[in-house]
Amino acid sequence: MIRVVLPAHLRTLAHVEREVELEVIGQATQRSVIDALEARYPVLQGTLRDPVTQKRRAFVRFFACEDDLSHQLPDAPLPEAVATGAEPLFVIGAMAGG
Amino acid sequence: MSGVRVLVGTRKGAFVLTSDGKREVWDVSGPHFGGWEIYHVNGSPADPDRLYASQSTGWFGQLIQRSDDGGSTWAPVGNQFQYDGVPGTHQWYDGTPHPWEFARVWHLEPSLTDPDTVLAGVEDAALFRSTDGGQSWHELAGLRGHGSGSSWQPGAGGMCLHTIILDPRDSERIFVAISAAGVFRTDDGGETWRPVNRGLQSGGIPDPDAEVGHCVHRLAMHPSRPDVLYMQKHWDVMRSDDAGESWHEVSGDLPTDFGFAIDVHSHEPETIYVVPIKSDSEHFPPDGKLRVYRSRTGGNEWEPLTEGLPQSNCYVNVLRDAMAVDSLESCGVYFGTTGGQVYASADAGNSWAPIVRDLPAVLSVEAQTLA
Repeated sequence: MIRVVLPAHLRTLAHVEREVELEVIGQATQRSVIDALEARYPVLQGTLRDPVTQKRRAFVRFFACEDDLSHQLPDAPLPEAVATGAEPLFVIGAMAGG
Repeated sequence: MSGVRVLVGTRKGAFVLTSDGKREVWDVSGPHFGGWEIYHVNGSPADPDRLYASQSTGWFGQLIQRSDDGGSTWAPVGNQFQYDGVPGTHQWYDGTPHPWEFARVWHLEPSLTDPDTVLAGVEDAALFRSTDGGQSWHELAGLRGHGSGSSWQPGAGGMCLHTIILDPRDSERIFVAISAAGVFRTDDGGETWRPVNRGLQSGGIPDPDAEVGHCVHRLAMHPSRPDVLYMQKHWDVMRSDDAGESWHEVSGDLPTDFGFAIDVHSHEPETIYVVPIKSDSEHFPPDGKLRVYRSRTGGNEWEPLTEGLPQSNCYVNVLRDAMAVDSLESCGVYFGTTGGQVYASADAGNSWAPIVRDLPAVLSVEAQTLA
């Protein structure tokens, strides 16, 4: 079970609490986790990555195990602690704007 | 008893303002989608309880929300706006080619007859249509593909398609306006388009007869005379009497002819409203006085409307989609400001009062007249 912590706006959209748990098929990667997240909460489609290009949105970051994973390739394996559910994957809305 | 519902989009959410036909006491509902930019909320003329809202942020992209109960409850619908085929390039600010990139929906225009059909004007400029209540969107690609698209450039606010006007007499005819490309018209339901900008003069472009490149801020039409169009351009208030084939200036005695919003009285096709703004470098009213100007002669002769509006130290702006009229017997006029005020006049502009004073910056205002 993968644990994902969502930012406030996306929690409101998806009507969920701070942390959601997802069943991810195959290797846990950014892509597979977002695929599972969007499948379970279709309202989040297009909010973390552009729905057409599939590129991560510029102000969305992925943190886990005290590292910024945002610039890793979408198919790179997530840390073991995230894959096992010991640590959550944090989705962060970057601090910007007013 | 008849009533009015005013739909307000702001930088930080949507608000729904309702009143009875007297328009003296208002109920304020919101914020809906708090914290998100709501560029536009609009209702279906065929079913006033069907509303569409454009919800976006720079963080999480674009959503479209739909209400089937007049704004009490909302549900997200489709948010995939994919340009048709290979999008190609337009010009960037420095004149270099720039790929077409979807940024947001500026304006939603529901069909006059079908609540499930709605047009969306987007940035980078293109027109999309949904025929299933917003679930799926398809580009009317003939607009970008008619020939001049590669030469379009963004205005300061982005390259946005911000105005969509449906001809009530001819369902095949649609007008759109793009900053900073100009006005375009289709006569075949959106398949093919052509620019209709003859007569526009724009100091920022070298060719006085340029077919495109004009920073049109807003168009307005009275439904009883669909061949008459009014325009607030970057500078100049313009008028066309032949469905955009030619334009002539009607700025007349306005204190400044820069501005964003323009609208037409619901029962008097020659009565129009603008809010003059000092200049393109100072986006606030001249002399700190918030004045709506009304012409009862279709332009050229204007009168300031000031009763109830601040006449000192007022430095707000009124954006292009932030003025609307209702169609009650005594025409109501509404506008919102970047200072968060929404002003209403129940007597065609003679006097004004704020419905609310302290909303986030207002991006758009629409008025629905309820039976």
